[in-house]
Amino acid sequence: MVETAIIITLLPLLAFVIQIFFGKRLPRQGDWVSIGAILISLILSFKLFFNMIGSYDPHFLVQESFRWITLGEFNIDLGFALDSVSIIMLVVVTIVSSLVHIYSVGYMNGDPMYSRFFAYLSLFSFSMLGLVIWDNLFGIYMMWELVGLCSYLLIGFWFEKDSASDAGKKAFIVNRIGDLGFLIGILIVFSQIGSFSLSEISQSIANGTMSEGWLTAAGILLFCGAIGKSAQFPLHVWLPDAMEGPTPVSALIHAATMVAAGVYLVARISFMLTFDSMLVIAYVGGFTALFAATIAITQNDIKRVLAYSTISQLGYMIMALGVGAYAAGFFHLVTHAMFKAGLFLGSGSVIHAMHHAQHKLNIHDEDPNDIRYMGGFKEKMPKTYWTFLIFTLALSGIPFFSGFLSKDLILGGSLAFAMAHDNPIHYLLPFFGFTAAAITAFYMFRLVIRTFYGEPKRKDIHEHIHESPNTITIPLMILAALSIFIFFTLPGLNPFSASSSWYDYLVQNPVSSVSTYMGYNINPISDHTAHSAHVTAMILSIFLATFGIILSFSIYFWKKFDVEKLTERMGILYKLSYNKYYFDEIYQATFVNGLLLWNRMLDWFDSAIIDGLVNLSAWITRNFSFLSGKFDNSVIDGIVNEIANMTQDSGKHLRKIQTGQIQTYIYAALLGAVVIIIVKII
Amino acid sequence: MITLNTYLVISGIVFVLGLVTIINKKNAIGILMGVELILNSVNLNFVAFGRYVDFDIKGQIIAIFVIILAAAEAAVALAIVLNIYRNKQLIDVTKIDAMKN
Repeated sequence: MVETAIIITLLPLLAFVIQIFFGKRLPRQGDWVSIGAILISLILSFKLFFNMIGSYDPHFLVQESFRWITLGEFNIDLGFALDSVSIIMLVVVTIVSSLVHIYSVGYMNGDPMYSRFFAYLSLFSFSMLGLVIWDNLFGIYMMWELVGLCSYLLIGFWFEKDSASDAGKKAFIVNRIGDLGFLIGILIVFSQIGSFSLSEISQSIANGTMSEGWLTAAGILLFCGAIGKSAQFPLHVWLPDAMEGPTPVSALIHAATMVAAGVYLVARISFMLTFDSMLVIAYVGGFTALFAATIAITQNDIKRVLAYSTISQLGYMIMALGVGAYAAGFFHLVTHAMFKAGLFLGSGSVIHAMHHAQHKLNIHDEDPNDIRYMGGFKEKMPKTYWTFLIFTLALSGIPFFSGFLSKDLILGGSLAFAMAHDNPIHYLLPFFGFTAAAITAFYMFRLVIRTFYGEPKRKDIHEHIHESPNTITIPLMILAALSIFIFFTLPGLNPFSASSSWYDYLVQNPVSSVSTYMGYNINPISDHTAHSAHVTAMILSIFLATFGIILSFSIYFWKKFDVEKLTERMGILYKLSYNKYYFDEIYQATFVNGLLLWNRMLDWFDSAIIDGLVNLSAWITRNFSFLSGKFDNSVIDGIVNEIANMTQDSGKHLRKIQTGQIQTYIYAALLGAVVIIIVKII
Repeated sequence: MITLNTYLVISGIVFVLGLVTIINKKNAIGILMGVELILNSVNLNFVAFGRYVDFDIKGQIIAIFVIILAAAEAAVALAIVLNIYRNKQLIDVTKIDAMKN
């Protein structure tokens, strides 16, 4: 089984290698290589999935590990694990990825970097699938960075546009901040336990290897990675900008899979969360859910609305994990992946049509993403419209669609959490959730009405709008089908509850190692509380979603209220939301400019102080050398020269004695002998 | 009565004559003759000391060696002088300075 999973992962990598080196020379620029690879992965994932369904065991787990590093007594093992969560993730990733691949054939048709696009998609599929099957933090971190790289490459895919390359850099840098926390978290866990393997970590935490303080720190730091990757407040700023990338990329990476990696990570480490870290996670998620939803109301770019909606839905998932509704959070990840990918692909279809219409009319200065130029596309693009409507209903949490089931579970979970813990402040969490649910329905129908209903805002464009080709609409239809409740309630058929579904049976909350270590359940929620919360949440969420939809219709469709007047009356609130609470500006003013200021200070320090010191020492050395040179030249050389001169002079005088006349020598010798004799005699 | 002193005095006179000849003569042949004089005075000494002090034949043997040596030396030196004369037409030793410097 693990071998199959590894093959599933490696096939897209193989496709990437083929594409990046030979893509341009292959027929059809090699798109079939990537598509073929991901389709085989899809089939194999389904095989694993049905295997799992066949065994129907919630504790289903296959593990395999290998020794990675051996240093004397010290070993690090890495391994793969397949349990229900990772197999479901494999299926989700391969489904969305295959559909996006097929969709891209139509959408990216004619792009000069067509083959490279498919290469990147394959690389991304590889990294995302790899992230799912590792059972250790190290492997997850590795793949985590790889998906980040792919995200960067694909956001900045049209890098000749400044905004796209800036958005890519922004995404990468903002993610780095979160990843730093993630890395520190991993190092804390490793230094305390000495293993990366999640199962070993779970065991040693249950045995009490880590103190509660360390656990809380590690949990929150690991969650930092999720804050970055899943675009949670306060690191949410990169995701809306990431919409500069091609729309299939937004669907695959920035809606369905990569941004959900943060949720997946938190789900994976949920066994080691203490109550404090769970609270942090829940509040960050809940706040993000509401906060992003309020921004989505006023945005005019169709993809930005969806981007904020994604942030908001990710907030839901994170909140669910924070309140201990592990299965609910992961369930929402799965259903959300389907309908949000669908929404993005649908918006891509609209943008594609707009782009072609504008191209025909020679309009180049208008943004094809802007919903202010749309309207009345319903008849022109029926397939896109109907599928888009289904996705919208699913996202708004209307019964009979998948989104209702999962969102309801999350809202129920947050309500149960608030009811189970006495602190009334915790009712903030369900408040965040329910308010965001109403707002979600409102802004999504605003989007639908603005795009598909009413009078066309621009007659000329409207006339040239055509339905997109089959490669675009067929993935939409498949995703729309997957947004119907039935796939998630089987074998039960109750559209209001997934409690008898395969999912509910197979994915169960993991045993909290922290609870085992502490000796009591850190997050006790009785079945009775959960049940009553669930019923309340269901009624309330249907009511709120309907309210949001009706409000949206009455403002934008029936025009009961004047939009202009409303925005005027909202005044500062509208402005805050329209400008995304000025977060980009605040970050620009504080962090970016602060950093630049700091850099300038460091630069000054470098050039003035450090360079000054270096120059001073150079000056000292130079002058000292000069003096030392002088000393050498005058004193040392003087002595040497003097000796030489003396030798020369004495030689000059003494050579006169050396006449070469033997007779003179003999005279001298005779004289010497006479002197010696005389001395001797005296 | 001829005693050792007589020989030594004569030998000394011959030696000094030789020495003076060597020092004063510019003529290469003259210098060679001075050298012969010195050698012969030494020979006289050897023989005299051999006869009066050692009572042995060693002094005479050395004298014969010296004679042979003097003959060889004279042959070589005369050959050199002859060749110098042939090349330079002079036998004045103060002027023969081709190897100076």
